[in-house]
Amino acid sequence: MNLTLNIWRQKGKIGKFVKYQAKDVSEHMSFLEMLDVLNQELILKGEEPVHFDHDCREGICGTCGMVINGLPHGPLKGTTVCQLHMRHFKDGQEIWIEPWRSRGFPILKDLMTDKSALDRIIQSGGFITVRTGQAAKAEAIPVPKSDAELSMDAAECIGCGACVASCPNGSAMLFVAAKITHLGFLPQGQPERMQRAINMITKAEEEGFGFCSNYAECEAVCPKNISISTIARANRDFIRASFGYGAGKGGKAL
Amino acid sequence: MSWFVSYYRTTVGKKVVMAVTGILLFLFVLGHMAGNLQIFMGKDQLNAYAAALHSQSFAPILWTVRVVMGLSLILHVVASIQLTVHSWNSRPQKYAKIRYREADIAARTMILSGPIIAFFLIYHILQLTTGNIQPSGEFALQASGAPDAYTNVVAGFQVWWVSLGYIVAVILLGFHFYHGLWSWTQTLGWDHPKWNGLRRGLATFFCVAIVIGDIAIPLAVLAGWIK
Repeated sequence: MNLTLNIWRQKGKIGKFVKYQAKDVSEHMSFLEMLDVLNQELILKGEEPVHFDHDCREGICGTCGMVINGLPHGPLKGTTVCQLHMRHFKDGQEIWIEPWRSRGFPILKDLMTDKSALDRIIQSGGFITVRTGQAAKAEAIPVPKSDAELSMDAAECIGCGACVASCPNGSAMLFVAAKITHLGFLPQGQPERMQRAINMITKAEEEGFGFCSNYAECEAVCPKNISISTIARANRDFIRASFGYGAGKGGKAL
Repeated sequence: MSWFVSYYRTTVGKKVVMAVTGILLFLFVLGHMAGNLQIFMGKDQLNAYAAALHSQSFAPILWTVRVVMGLSLILHVVASIQLTVHSWNSRPQKYAKIRYREADIAARTMILSGPIIAFFLIYHILQLTTGNIQPSGEFALQASGAPDAYTNVVAGFQVWWVSLGYIVAVILLGFHFYHGLWSWTQTLGWDHPKWNGLRRGLATFFCVAIVIGDIAIPLAVLAGWIK
């Protein structure tokens, strides 16, 4: 199949779309492989290849991501762009490829963004404190099956940033809420639970991310199908923490 | 108050303020509609209801409601402006192509429907509460000197553009409630797998009920059922 690609090229602060023709694209290629082939051509021609983030190419690392025709990770639901195959596109189609656009994700080059803001949000509270030494037995503290399931659903988040990219407000709330829910459902997450909600949500704002208007757009593009129920949960923890609930449990004493 | 200020500084705090004031404003709209539907029970009924609202013994409640509504409205508008500016700052560069899967038209136009409703509200109060604007002529008074609510409503809605403006504003209000009445449950964290279907259902029910109930009045006037 042949495709027309409009790719965002950026060096420094200003960028623009550049048109490329991708010829004889195999429908079995992944989207990133299609870009690899294009880059090979560009290198042979002596031009600079298109920079984009990628690592595992198995949909589990959260490194890759670009907005394809207005949808983060492209038209296929519940998948990352590395797992998106060219069979989901039509011969002769025109494709617009853009980087994640958010104040919190500065564009480094072309489609490559600096997503370290998400790491700093994790550092602000997305962890539990444990004593070092011998690892505790997994079954030492019983966890209800239903809680474990909900926790694991949220723990699927790979931190790819598609929620931020899709949100009309550029909010990172689904990411933050997934971490809060993941740890909040487990006994190990309880001691820091209240302070975690306050710290992570405040940090996300500091990093320049927006707020949640409950558009539910993030849920629709999340490659791991994380539910916005996690956001309601994060809001609940934040409200309880702010109003002094569980002051003894790390909440804010008012 | 310092805890409120530090809480309000966060976006979740502003959202909670919007949710709580939104509920209060919604409850007022619901009560206001229920009261005014008495117009279908005749002139005497509506004017008696209006007189009861303005009676001496009811004054403390009336003024409490007015003050709470006024404060709610101010907080709702101020928070919405602050949040919108925050949202614009969060994405300095827009996408060339954007597609939405879930974000519906009601949700994406909250910041447009809101100010239009606010302007309508100013007109609505000037026309029917204070009587400063009289599209149909005189602000009608009863023999006792109290405003003749029934006659003012009917005469106002007989002017086609008053009715049209009212209907458009109520439909926009419906859009605003369609998202808002669902959104506040999410903001306050009222999420449970058992009730989530009900949240959307109730929001849609109340928004449809308000649109139908409110639009019924100008339509009945234009159709000549209420004279």
